[in-house]
Amino acid sequence: MQTFFVVAILVFGFLITFQIAKASEYVAVLRGEEKSRKQSNRVNAFLLLAFLIVGLIGVYYCNVKLKDKILPESASVQGVSIDRMLWITMGLTGVVFFITQILLFWFSYKYQESDNRKPYYFPHNNKLELIWTVIPAISLTVLVTFGLVYWYRITGDAPKDAMIVEVTGKQFGWEFRYPGADKVLGKKYFKNIDEKHENPLGQIWEDTYNHDDVYVAQEMHLVVNRPVKLVIGAKDVIHSVGLPHFRMKMDAVPGTPTTLWFTPRFTTKEMQTKTKNPDFVFELACDQMCGKGHTGMRGVVVVETQEEFDAWMAAKKPQYLVANPQLDPSVKKDSVIAAAITTPH
Amino acid sequence: MSEAMHVHPEVITTHDVHHNEHHVHHHNETFISKYIFSQDHKTIAKQFLITGIIWAIIGGLFSVLFRLQLGYPDTNFPILETVFGHWAKGGRIAPEFYYALVTMHGTVLVFFVLTAGLSGTFANLLIPLQIGARDMASPFLNMLSYWFFFLASVVMMSSMFIQTGPAAGGWTSYPPLSALGAASIGSKLGMDLWITSMALFVVSSLLGGLNYISTILNLRTKGMGMTRLPLPIWAMFFTAVLGVLSFPVLLSGFILLLFDRNLGTSFYLSDIYVNGQLLPNEGGSAILFQHLFWFLGHPEVYIILLPAMGMVSEILSVNSRKPIFGYMAMLGSLFAITILAFLVWAHHMFVTGLNPFLGSIFVLLTLLIAVPSAIKVFNWLTTLWRGNIRFTPATLFAIGFVSLFISGGLTGIFLGNSTIDIHLHDTMFVVAHFHIVMGVASFFGMFAGVYHWFPKMFGRYMNNTLGYIHFWVTMIGSYLIFWPMHYEGLAGMPRRYLDKSSWVSFSQFGELDKMITVVSIIVFAVQLMFVFNFFYSIYKGRKVRTQNPWGANTLEWTTPIRPGHGNWDGEIPEVHRWPYDYAKDGREFIPQNEPVGPDESKH
Repeated sequence: MQTFFVVAILVFGFLITFQIAKASEYVAVLRGEEKSRKQSNRVNAFLLLAFLIVGLIGVYYCNVKLKDKILPESASVQGVSIDRMLWITMGLTGVVFFITQILLFWFSYKYQESDNRKPYYFPHNNKLELIWTVIPAISLTVLVTFGLVYWYRITGDAPKDAMIVEVTGKQFGWEFRYPGADKVLGKKYFKNIDEKHENPLGQIWEDTYNHDDVYVAQEMHLVVNRPVKLVIGAKDVIHSVGLPHFRMKMDAVPGTPTTLWFTPRFTTKEMQTKTKNPDFVFELACDQMCGKGHTGMRGVVVVETQEEFDAWMAAKKPQYLVANPQLDPSVKKDSVIAAAITTPH
Repeated sequence: MSEAMHVHPEVITTHDVHHNEHHVHHHNETFISKYIFSQDHKTIAKQFLITGIIWAIIGGLFSVLFRLQLGYPDTNFPILETVFGHWAKGGRIAPEFYYALVTMHGTVLVFFVLTAGLSGTFANLLIPLQIGARDMASPFLNMLSYWFFFLASVVMMSSMFIQTGPAAGGWTSYPPLSALGAASIGSKLGMDLWITSMALFVVSSLLGGLNYISTILNLRTKGMGMTRLPLPIWAMFFTAVLGVLSFPVLLSGFILLLFDRNLGTSFYLSDIYVNGQLLPNEGGSAILFQHLFWFLGHPEVYIILLPAMGMVSEILSVNSRKPIFGYMAMLGSLFAITILAFLVWAHHMFVTGLNPFLGSIFVLLTLLIAVPSAIKVFNWLTTLWRGNIRFTPATLFAIGFVSLFISGGLTGIFLGNSTIDIHLHDTMFVVAHFHIVMGVASFFGMFAGVYHWFPKMFGRYMNNTLGYIHFWVTMIGSYLIFWPMHYEGLAGMPRRYLDKSSWVSFSQFGELDKMITVVSIIVFAVQLMFVFNFFYSIYKGRKVRTQNPWGANTLEWTTPIRPGHGNWDGEIPEVHRWPYDYAKDGREFIPQNEPVGPDESKH
């Protein structure tokens, strides 16, 4: 019923508009087309000026309303330079925006048709062309230079002492792997993936580097002020590791590993105080459309102190032992070990 | 103005070339040869335009549907279930349906409306009329171009009515998602139909493009040197060059995708475990597709934008009664944009794991495009400066185009800078950016073109009042919809999320999303009003009574009010000057076919 009314109102409104439009055409013919054309010219010229003024107020109002809803201060060291780059660009483009939009609408208003004005024959002027070729070129050089300096810094090699975490995207969730005490991720092969036998990433159990690797789903823990290098992959389709609070992003591509590194500046708890939001968490969002569950592909990133991290990690059991419980020293110790190693999954 | 209002038969000079082509209206035309399988470029233009309008309504309606979901994620709309059945059970849009809508919205508007509907219409209409030719170099291939587009349309349309639904992997259809039926229901039969349709579309585009290029190069009338071409023609020329060189690459990308889907090849597939199933494919690269796709995909945005730029230049000059400022600079910047368009594709791929050094080259080349774009903007502004501007609906849309092009172009400087792109990539900021600069701006160019050349197409005017309402609602609505969307992007909100309520970081924009949805419904309704105005005016519009209603210099206004096949009844006029002699030597305008007077000043 509601839908019916909405449609009825739209149709009715349209009919009225159309009748008015039709009538105004007849009136125009009666009054003299030239006269009414000139009148609508004045109206539209005025509206263009009004649009400029109301539009500029709107830009200001929109900013007041929404500026607190965008992200708080960058939670990563690298993100600080990304933000700085953003503000430099904002400043420069902002100036151009206001100048050109104001000129556009002001000229439109000022040079509206008038019987007293003769338009000025002004086909070209090399000096002007030169000015507005060179000035943008110089400004862009500045932007490119700043941008590339930051870009190389951010995409350069991760520091040697960086913590390593492997991130794997799948429909529709995130999986993480920590290299354990040996600080090396063991090899994996996708054909070894076997969820029934607790090998969701396809780790190769023969590779001893795998024996202490820890597997976690959905929640990634990081240490504050310690660089972390993410080794990123995907199992099925392309996903993207989006970390808005850290200003970081990298696609997760099946078959082609990618990397990303950054240094978290604040712990989750610090952010909760900063944002005055006790429920604050760092979120890991999938940024590349990956199918029907794309919207829900949410991971959580917990940034904590080294002690907290160590305590969390100590409670985790390497996936090797989860998959081969008979080898777990905490469960039982006997001679099956040798047999199990020779017949791994 | 008065000078513009009557005809200038005395200035139409003739010459004796093209003499043997003097065969207008001689062959008997049936309904089918005149309106359906017509080889008249003007009829083909109308066919492209009307097909484009139908697609625009469909594509626009899809956006209204997914805006309903975005604005009111918790509300049921029972009518949706009535219409769409199991795709919207209980009146809620299913995720699969949402992605199908998004995909079809993008595909339809980018390719079917803003490529075929825009350059198909205006290249066909304007090229022969403005260069002084009786028709295209090959009217037959031109007709085929439309009918391949029609076939592509039929296939795409049919994909919407199959059990598993149309393609749902986004208009970019990145594999492996688009390659694997197991990964998404939209990647089943719908995707094969999508690829087939797009292949037919590429054929249509190539037939059209080759024709436009050869017509412009070979069929110009006497005196029409390349630097005397009106700017829309130059824009169409570069558009066609872009299409001809890049569409084949896209086709190759699609064919490899088709092979991966149906023949078990591994061009794009490697190391995949999907839906509990291990696939045998190894060694492919999913990123390869993105390179092939964006090698067209980026030029494509200029394929969409350049015709609008060309028409806007013409319309602004005619209606400010003043020459376009810096014709050669306009040409040079079009040329620069065309070259650069081929060299920037990887800026869509900064975060795919692209080599950072390679990325930096693409940053440089991408930001370089801002230079010719800035030149164009300043030249348009100077064209308005000290003019005597008539605000026809076409002029208003042209001014709106410049405003949107500035707004959307400037946000491109954010995204083209890889450092900032790390943060903004694939967020709503991108959506806002490309809708303003490519989508809405090009639509404005198209509307400007339709209002301006409607009298030439149908011998009648569109209703002005409806035109003004159309402009103002669309202009205000476009900014209301897309300006605040940048803030969502700055908050890091990813694209293509259909419900943000479960997120801590992105759920704060509920009210904003509601506002955007309401505005987009209003804007859509006003576009329907435009469509009504269009069709109503074809039959009932005020009749055009003067040959040159806008007082324009270009050759299309030297043809009869309703030109037949062949365009000029007599001989094709000869051209003696560039097309922008407005306000020269105290004359309001001097048509291109008027010989240069003995004491005329030089410019």
